[in-house]
Amino acid sequence: METKILNALKWSGLGFLEPLIKLIQGKEKDKNIRLVLRQIVVPVLSVFIFLGVCNFGASYLYNKERDIKIEKTRSVQGDAAAAQMAECIDSSDLSCKPNSLPSPADVKQGAISLWNDHKMISEKKSAFKEKTAAINKQRKEQGLKAITYTGRPSFVDQIITSLKTVFAGFLLAAFFAIPVGIVLGLSETLRSSINWIIQILKPVSPVVWLLLVSMVVKTVMANSDSDKAFIISFISVGFCSMWATLVNTTMGVSSVNPDYINVSKVLRLSVFSNIFKVILPASIPMIFTGLRITLSVAWMVLIAIELLAQSPGLGSFVWEEFQNGANDSNAKIIVAMFVIGFIGFMLDRVMMFIQKLISFEAK
Amino acid sequence: METVTAKKTMLECVNLKKAYPTPKGDFVVLEDFQLKIKEEEFISIIGHSGCGKSTLLTMIAGLNDITEGNIIVDANRIQGAGPDRAVVFQSPSLFPWMTAMENVMIGVKQVFAHGTKKQREDICKYYLDKVGLGDSFHQRASSLSQGMQQRVGIARAFALKPKVLLLDEPFGMLDSMTRVELQDVLIDVWAKEKITAVMVTHDVDEAILLSDRVIMMTGGPYAKVGDVAHIEIERPRHRKTTIEDPRFYEYRQYLLNFLDH
Repeated sequence: METKILNALKWSGLGFLEPLIKLIQGKEKDKNIRLVLRQIVVPVLSVFIFLGVCNFGASYLYNKERDIKIEKTRSVQGDAAAAQMAECIDSSDLSCKPNSLPSPADVKQGAISLWNDHKMISEKKSAFKEKTAAINKQRKEQGLKAITYTGRPSFVDQIITSLKTVFAGFLLAAFFAIPVGIVLGLSETLRSSINWIIQILKPVSPVVWLLLVSMVVKTVMANSDSDKAFIISFISVGFCSMWATLVNTTMGVSSVNPDYINVSKVLRLSVFSNIFKVILPASIPMIFTGLRITLSVAWMVLIAIELLAQSPGLGSFVWEEFQNGANDSNAKIIVAMFVIGFIGFMLDRVMMFIQKLISFEAK
Repeated sequence: METVTAKKTMLECVNLKKAYPTPKGDFVVLEDFQLKIKEEEFISIIGHSGCGKSTLLTMIAGLNDITEGNIIVDANRIQGAGPDRAVVFQSPSLFPWMTAMENVMIGVKQVFAHGTKKQREDICKYYLDKVGLGDSFHQRASSLSQGMQQRVGIARAFALKPKVLLLDEPFGMLDSMTRVELQDVLIDVWAKEKITAVMVTHDVDEAILLSDRVIMMTGGPYAKVGDVAHIEIERPRHRKTTIEDPRFYEYRQYLLNFLDH
């Protein structure tokens, strides 16, 4: 039971909790106290230090921005208006709040307001669904399209849209890069003749990929009424992120232990079983390292691409908030930043977990 | 001797040459190399490091190109590698993502494509049992010790029912205790199967213990057969009785003398 819990923790990446559990059980006190200090207390402490530094920085910038604002009022409208402005700012009236780096408290407030906003919108949505249920049923019988909710998406909806885009892009990258990587890995001629294309295309900026993809998609799907922005952004994400998988798969396949290849030759395995029973399993660790880089790159470029492609998602959320310039916009952008970071981290963990499940090395 | 000479020739190397091209001209490892091995004969090849004995073995296996000459197995010139010449490599070379059973099965499937699943499984089990892995069929290769992995390697080679068994310093990476165990395993399994075998080794005792003939190669480059010792200790052999045989020490001295030059 106990080892089961510990194994589960290790597998889910929460291995750092192990000494705490052992300490609670009263095992090897000295050693575990030291481990708890190092693995739990110090990291938690560092979070507080981080928050403290942010708070300090934020209040410094706030004060600077406040002075600038007051000075500006003074030079334009005179001393009386400046004194009024100073009073207005200090009374923490939202209408004259200086717009600078938000403090941790502001960010927390921003997160809460985003969550409330989400709850409100989902309520609206379900109310809308109830209201239109009968009509939609009728429309379905008549063979018409159902009426869907077209209101503003909430923050959570944006996250889900972004995840959908990133998965579509990731799958596209994997389904393209792994087979091509295998072929390139197997044939030295192809590898050396195509290498220069890969080397040239690899460093191309996500923005350029987006433009290239939209040039093609615009024409190809001119008469289609599907979601073009989504298609453009997921294809661009796939193109930007697939290189790591392509290069790693090629490397992995071309550097399979020569002993395995010799065994395969002696046994005269068919091309099919050679690839699927020998080469692929042997290069899975490398392929997965590539896939993990691909997924994290995909998540990273997604924001920029959504922003430019005007496809809904976290990227456009950040951009809209920035353009919006409301007094809590900056806080919401920081919330989005952490959400993006956290999701990226979780995606990597999920990939690591899958890698452990199917790779022979970790066992 | 009479019985051995009556047997047909299973493996023959004719005017064999191996050269690696270098910027300064060809580097000739082997030249004008002749070897004839009869059916059911076990021969060992010994020689100093770099004399080309491993090169010779990989050429017979078909994993290394032949520069000149021919290698003939059972009256056919060899074309590339194939399961008729099973190899036990120095490192066990098992697929670590498969179980012991699957590692043997992947070869058996190639050779006994017509058999039923049950028959093929029985073959795998039989050989794994023979090498002492009767209760580790379904262990992953990566979780087996080096010695156990090499046992699977031996089982995999025998399970192919090859015409020629090639052993490339099969116990070179093992500690001395495990090596002794595995030599005994090999003696036992070979005594039942009597597959024509060629073994490359550094170990003089191992060569005498296992072989009917020991081929001593001259140092490379331009390596050739320097001398041949016929080991006439009766079979079936057992470690204890063989080592106690006075002839064992005569052969040993003879081989060591050759290697000293």
